[in-house]
Amino acid sequence: MSRVVYIAANTFREAVRDRVLYNLIAFAVLLSGAAILVGQISIDIERLVVVNLGLTAVSLFGVVIAIFIGIGLVSKEMEKRTLYTVLSRPVRRWEFIVGKFFGLAGTLLVNTFFMAVGVFAALLYVSHKFQSSDAWILVALFFIVLQLLILCSLALLFSSFSSPLLSAVFAFSLFVIGSFAEDLRLFARMTRGLTHGLAATAAYLVPNFSALNVIGQVAHEQPISWHLIACNTAYALAYSTMAICGAVLIFERRNLK
Amino acid sequence: MSGSRKVTAAASVLLLLSLAGSVLLLRRLDQARTTATPEEVLYLNSPKWVKRLSLGYDGLLADIYWTRAVQYFGGRHVVGAKDYRLLYPLLEITTALDPKLIVAYQFGANFVAPNPPEGAGMPDKAVALVEYGIRNNPDNWKLYYELGFIYYYMKPTDYGKAAEAFERGTKVPNAHPFLRVLAAQMAQHAGEIETSRMLWQAAYATTQEELLRKNAVAHLRALKVDEDITGLETMVARYREQTGVLPSNFNVLIGEGMLLGVPVDPDGKPYKLMPDGRIELRSPEDFSFVVKGLPPGYVPGPPKFH
Repeated sequence: MSRVVYIAANTFREAVRDRVLYNLIAFAVLLSGAAILVGQISIDIERLVVVNLGLTAVSLFGVVIAIFIGIGLVSKEMEKRTLYTVLSRPVRRWEFIVGKFFGLAGTLLVNTFFMAVGVFAALLYVSHKFQSSDAWILVALFFIVLQLLILCSLALLFSSFSSPLLSAVFAFSLFVIGSFAEDLRLFARMTRGLTHGLAATAAYLVPNFSALNVIGQVAHEQPISWHLIACNTAYALAYSTMAICGAVLIFERRNLK
Repeated sequence: MSGSRKVTAAASVLLLLSLAGSVLLLRRLDQARTTATPEEVLYLNSPKWVKRLSLGYDGLLADIYWTRAVQYFGGRHVVGAKDYRLLYPLLEITTALDPKLIVAYQFGANFVAPNPPEGAGMPDKAVALVEYGIRNNPDNWKLYYELGFIYYYMKPTDYGKAAEAFERGTKVPNAHPFLRVLAAQMAQHAGEIETSRMLWQAAYATTQEELLRKNAVAHLRALKVDEDITGLETMVARYREQTGVLPSNFNVLIGEGMLLGVPVDPDGKPYKLMPDGRIELRSPEDFSFVVKGLPPGYVPGPPKFH
């Protein structure tokens, strides 16, 4: 277990050294700019914009980091030949994959934490005070973290057998398709026979990102049900575990020579 | 100076020069393209497609479209434009992206309903917009108020539908009590100016938005002027009936005990009594939306908000 922790810590350190957290500066500029400007160019939506823009930016910045760091986790180590040094020590291949996953997840968590602080600071700036319904923003942030965990595990899965470019294409495509998951399910319900079978399989196989997107709801101060929180958490954990298991299975059999 | 420093200095100077050059060129390009600027277009006019392409981030996109609608309306309103063809499609996309964005129905309908140059002159579209808002937010009484407001200001006023809209609003939990009064007044077609005043007072009370409050204040000021002038012209007509001649100035009416002093507009400026018995405003440009007291042939400019 300590080996997994060591690899995770090293992955986190490497991401920080690669200046991944520099995106926070862009995020801060974007959010503070929006908080100051929107009041002057629009009507009555200052709070809505801070919540919508803040959470959308947290999600999109996270998606970009998850995909672009995730796809290089294995291939970069192979390219630099550091993977062989690591695996020549008493480190199992699955420990390497799991460690890499937790390292990237930790990076995304830290990144999301700082962005969340920024969102709440901007909210305080435009609203002058917090209200109890603002707590639902934390739920939306939690769902974004779950979304990033799924993407991170998918990027790692693709990275375990494919080139970085193809992995990025696959991961991004799944992100787009996953955003249409509800539509895909609706389409499956409307069809019959073989088409129904194929559409239903695809709908259940792709990650359902639309269920994890509650930005619109929390922006309008609407509560999120505890049932949805529990189901989404369990779903994200199950899906991520499935993808990591897939990555481990492929990586275990991969010829590294 | 070492070779490296020379390169640094040369690159810095070149960078600044090219930056200044590109800014100047861009300005020249803007001037050159004034006549060639393409007509404003919507690019994507299907609300369904815009929603699909938002990848679930429809809240932010709705805010962007709402801001675009406000900017579009504001930009054309300020020059007294008569054509607002993109306004309704922009609002349609905004509300399709975020059906809970109450502000888009509430104020969007106020942009769409009035006749140009105050608005797009499409009351039917304004009704459709607010009805869509009600379907998505049936518990928001402000939307029923907005609907009644549109029917009241339609030409000709649809009292029946206005009363029905206010009445529907009274059934919503936590509805404001003035909806009941408005519903009753609409049903009776009572007191035009009094009802208008109540509607604008309600409009003022239901928003925190500075510009919209100023708009309500401008309408309330105009109503006060219309009411004053109606009263004064009635008084002049009564004097003519009694004496057979028109009063030459307000002092004649004061001498007759019909007035206590020279009547003034809401800014404190005295009204003008014209030789033909009409009453005119001394500074009509200070009162947007007035119907009475304007010199013959007067063309009002863009609305002024105080």
